[in-house]
Order: sequence, then structure tokens, then C-alpha cells
Amino acid sequence: MSLLTIAWRNFCHRPLSSLLTTLSLALGVGLVVLVLSIFGIVNEAFTRNATFGYNLVVGPKGSALQLTLNSVFYLSQPIENLPYSQYMEMFPQAERQAMVDRLGGDPELAERDGKYAAFVSGGYAIPLALGDYYGTFRVVGTTTDFFEKLRHGPELDQPFEFEDGEAFQAESEANGFFEAVLGSRVAAEMEVGVGDVLYPTHGDPEGKGHEEAFMITGVLAPTGTPNDRAAFVNLEGFYLMEGHAKPIDESEKFEPANDQNVSSDDEGKLRPLTIPEREVTSVLIRTGNMMFAPGMQNMINESLEAQAAAPVGEIYKLMDAIVGPVMQALLGITLITCVVAAVGILVAIYNSMNDRRRDIAVMRALGARRETVTAIIVFESFLVAIIGGVLGWILAHAAIVLYSGKIEDQTGISVNFFTVTSYEIYILPVVLALALLAALLPAWSAYRTDVGSNLSA
Amino acid sequence: MNRDQQTSETLLTATDVVKTFDQPADQSGGKDGRLTVLDLPKFTIAYGEQVALIGQSGGGKTTLLHLFAGLLVPDSGTINIAGIELSRLSEQGRDRFRAANIGYVFQTFNLLPAFTAIENVKLGMSFGQGSVDAGRAAELLDRVGLSERANYRPSQLSVGQQQRVAIARSLAGQPKLLLADEPTANVDPTSAETVLDLIRTSCRDEGISLLLVTHDMNVAQRFDRVDELDTINRALSAHSKQAV
Repeated sequence: MSLLTIAWRNFCHRPLSSLLTTLSLALGVGLVVLVLSIFGIVNEAFTRNATFGYNLVVGPKGSALQLTLNSVFYLSQPIENLPYSQYMEMFPQAERQAMVDRLGGDPELAERDGKYAAFVSGGYAIPLALGDYYGTFRVVGTTTDFFEKLRHGPELDQPFEFEDGEAFQAESEANGFFEAVLGSRVAAEMEVGVGDVLYPTHGDPEGKGHEEAFMITGVLAPTGTPNDRAAFVNLEGFYLMEGHAKPIDESEKFEPANDQNVSSDDEGKLRPLTIPEREVTSVLIRTGNMMFAPGMQNMINESLEAQAAAPVGEIYKLMDAIVGPVMQALLGITLITCVVAAVGILVAIYNSMNDRRRDIAVMRALGARRETVTAIIVFESFLVAIIGGVLGWILAHAAIVLYSGKIEDQTGISVNFFTVTSYEIYILPVVLALALLAALLPAWSAYRTDVGSNLSA
Repeated sequence: MNRDQQTSETLLTATDVVKTFDQPADQSGGKDGRLTVLDLPKFTIAYGEQVALIGQSGGGKTTLLHLFAGLLVPDSGTINIAGIELSRLSEQGRDRFRAANIGYVFQTFNLLPAFTAIENVKLGMSFGQGSVDAGRAAELLDRVGLSERANYRPSQLSVGQQQRVAIARSLAGQPKLLLADEPTANVDPTSAETVLDLIRTSCRDEGISLLLVTHDMNVAQRFDRVDELDTINRALSAHSKQAV
């Protein structure tokens, strides 16, 4: 019989003691795995989704972290809004001219290049307008560029795909500016799809419902990102909802140059807001060259109107400053739990030694060496460690699976039973090392067992 | 080597073997605070020979068996078994030697409670050089009449059955010498007969030398050779003289 078999028989011979010892270790390991997994999920949720191809988020002055959280993760509250003219600073003169002509605004805006246009040239600037809800989900006013230019996935190379329908149009014949696209989770939870309409509520989920209905033209395929939990509406439609136009003085009113060409057919249709009436919550920027980002960020942050945040950097700062230390503290506590469980192994095996000295003496009389009986004790401890470790791992991952829906709701991260963090590979060696330490004292006791006196006893 | 040749040759030779133990402080009479338990000028067992060693409790019988098994080392003297001088072996060497050459039957059977009958027998071959022979374990259990109880645990067996399993275990490693320490002391008279027959027959069949220690004259008289420990152990003679 192998030593492992002998150890296993000894393990089974004291079922209650073995079960309790193993269970205590399993709970300790389970807690460690849970903490590691939560840390891994939080870490991945924030870092993986910290960008969808853009490298800066521009918004009003305030907390860079809050700007990142609300613009990228649709968490926290928007800080304030930026004048639309700040968004226009990302574009060259020709495009600014086109905007002024199309929307109506101060002609001076069209006389120069935007301050940051050179940085953005070759990249993109996508505006976001936040503040409304659909159910408990954020409504995001944006442009079709959002679906065309942003990418997701670990390599940031996957375009957004539609599970059903298509992206809204800048302006459609049937619905004008009032079209929407839903994230997969929004469609599933609200039980709506293409052809249905949604009515945003103002300010918070319980807020006053807007009267304007948005026709749902598409449902995004799941991405495992916060975008699954957002309802995207045409930015122009967002502006045209009641109470979304920035109040302006008479002196700030401008007519769009294109208005002179309005035909009689268009007279009943809603017109986009003029530039002074428009605000954006933030702008997602991809600089033409990644090297431009720090320069652009500095320049914006030195200005009085806006701030630019590098979302990945902000998230790393958040992890380092708050999440990391909290997780480390939790990990420390759970590791102490494991040490306590290891002490439990020690106590259980050591207490059993009194009953087993004769067995050890008999094995010695049958030819077992001191090292052999010592190894049997160590193997017993390892068995507790391996069974407890694996059981703890299974329990923790079962708990994660049990809460996977909630995790996905909260973080956008899809997890399954085999979603493991890189840290988990260290658990078994650590637990085995603890088991070895726990086994040392009883193993030494076994090593020193006097054969003669115990056989004669 | 056949059985006739074996019986003509010496398997075990113990010469001037002395074993002492620490003496409790409240007892006196020992040399340098130590009590001499065994002082054996000469003792031999031939290959295949069956010897009964009779003596009173506390007379050093178990100590002698532990010395022959290599579990204890004599303070002086030599023990040679199958051409191997035990006192020259390291502890590991003695363990290996014991696993390969010595079978041991205990007064209290000492079956391991966590293991079934067949597993206890297999344990008898688990610590030697060879691999565990499941077929031999089953055959030995069959020989002691317990093949149907192979998967019973010791607690599920009667006292006599436990001792029969212990005999099977002691034979498992195909030893050259079987040491039996009062093997019938804890069983009823009927079982004692069975146990004794099993030990003697098995040793005879497998060409194993047998040294059985007992305080029971009825058991001893079944053997052709009976040695009295009181006679061969000079330590006991010295104690007797001191007492006089």
C-alpha cells in the first residue's frame, strides 16, 4: 500500500475530525479565493473597460475620477456640463464652419481652428450627454460615431455588433431625431426590442418622465462592458427633450444659416438646438497620434473651462489608492483565516497522535522507517490541505456563479465557474506550505515515537 | 536452500547480549542508575526451528524480541541474523532488515483500526523492498480462514479473528524469523489452539523459524525446544541472588 493510501485511510478513520478540519480550511481558502476573485473582477472591470479605443475623456472641471466613472462606466453623477463650443474646439475651422451653418451659432466660432483640433486630427471626438434614465439604466445621448468608431474586447479590436436592428440614424425620415439603440442587458431587462419605444426619465430613475418617445432601432450584442447597461439615444433628440436646452438670453440667439433653405415640407419638423443652447457632459477623444495625448491633456487642464482625464490612468489611481489597499486588507484577514485553519489541522492531527502512537509503533515493527511514518503524517496534512483547498475553491467559484448576474449588472463583467484570477495559482502552494508547517509538530512527534514502550503499553 | 539444510544451519546467534534501561530514581540496585534487564551469554535458533521461550512477566521476554527485531539495540554483545550483524546496522538499516526478514505477532494483535483485514495484511508487505502482492495477502487471509471477512475492520472481528489476521500480516513479508509475543494470552482457549496451530503450521510450511515467548507452560510444551528465560538470562539470576 502506498503511503498516500495509508494517509487516506487514517484521514477517513476519524471522519468527524477530518471533516471539520477540512471544512474550516475550505472556508478559509474559499474566502481567499472570493477576495481574490472580487479583486480580479473589480480590477478587470475597471481596467478592461477603462477605454474603448479613446485615450482621453474631456469634461468640466472637477474630479477626473468622477468624470471617468460617469463617462466610461456610467457610474456616479455627471459633474456638470461643458458648453458645446468646447466640444467644437476639437475640430478644424471647416468643420466648425459647417456646424455653425447647420445649427446656428456665433459666427466667430467658425473663423478659426479649434484649439485642440491639431491633436485630434486623424482621431475622433465623440460627444456624450448624460443625465436621463430608462428604468434604472443610463440614457446616453451621442452620435452614430459611437457605434462606428469605438471598439471593445481585450485587444480593443471588436466593433459593436447588433443583435437586432441597426444603429440610429443622424436623422431619419420616420422618427426624425428620436431613435435609440439599447445595450443588450437593457433590452433583456426592460423586455423591449426593435420597434418598441422608450421614454427617458429626467435626472434619476424615479424622475419625471419625458414626453418624447425614442424609437428603438437596434439592440447591441452583449459586450461584457458597461455599454450593455446603457440606452443610447440620438444626441439631437436628447437635446430636444423638454428641459434639455440650455436657457439663453435673447442676445445669444442665432439662426442657422441653412435655415434659409427650409422648404415648406420641413416647416412642422423639430429643428436641432442652436450651438449656445447645447451642452455636452463629456467628449471621448482619440488623438491622431497616441503621443499627442499628454500634450493635449496638459493644455486642456491648464485652461479654465475644461479638464481632460486619461481613463486608464484614473482607474489605476483608484485601484492603487482605494481598491488595492482595501483588497489587501481583506486578503490579509482571509489569509489569517487560513492560518487559523492550518492551526486547526495541527491541533486535530496532534491530538490524534496520542491515539496513534501504538499504530505508529506497529508500523515501525512492520519495518516502516521513522521517515516513513513522518511522511504519512505530512501526507495526511496535505490531504486536508488539498481537499480543503479544492473544496474552498469550488465553494468560492460556485458563489461567484451564483452571483454572476449581479456581478455583470454591477460591473459589466461576465464570469463563469472557471473564471480565475492569476493569483489563484498561488493558493494551492500556499495552502500546502501551511499544511506542511501544521504537520511539522505532529510529524516530529511521530518521528520520535518510541516503538518499544508503545508496543508494550 | 531446502528445509533440511536450513534446520542444520543457524539463523540467529545472540552472543553476550546485555540490555539495560534507566532505573527510576526511587529504585536502587542497578549499576550507574541503570537496571540490567537482559544478560544473555548465548542464544541460537536454527533455520526452520521452532522455539518456545518461557518466562514470567517482566522477565525480559519482550525486550529480547525487540532486540531480535532490531527495534532495540543491545548495550553490548552481538546479534547475528541470517548473516547480518544487527548492531552494525544503522536504524534505517535495521528497519529495512526487519521489513525483509522479521515477522512479528503481538500479544494484543495490534491491527490498525483504520484498515480492513486485507489491508492490514498488505501493510505487512508495504514497508519492504518488494511491492505489495495482493494475491498473497488474499491467500494468507484464506489460510487463516478469514477470506470472507477480508473487508471487515478490526472492530468488526472477534478477538480470535483479529489474532488470525495479525498472523497473516506477520507472514506477509515472507520473513525468515517470526517473533511471537504471547500470541495466545488474550484469546480464549479454543482460539488459542487455533492461533497456535496456525502459527506453527504456517512457519513450518514456509520454512520460517519461530521464536514464541509465553508464560503459559501448556503452550510451551507443544514445542520440541523450550528454553526458560530464568535460566538463560543471567540478569534474572543475579536479581534472584540479590533477593536471597
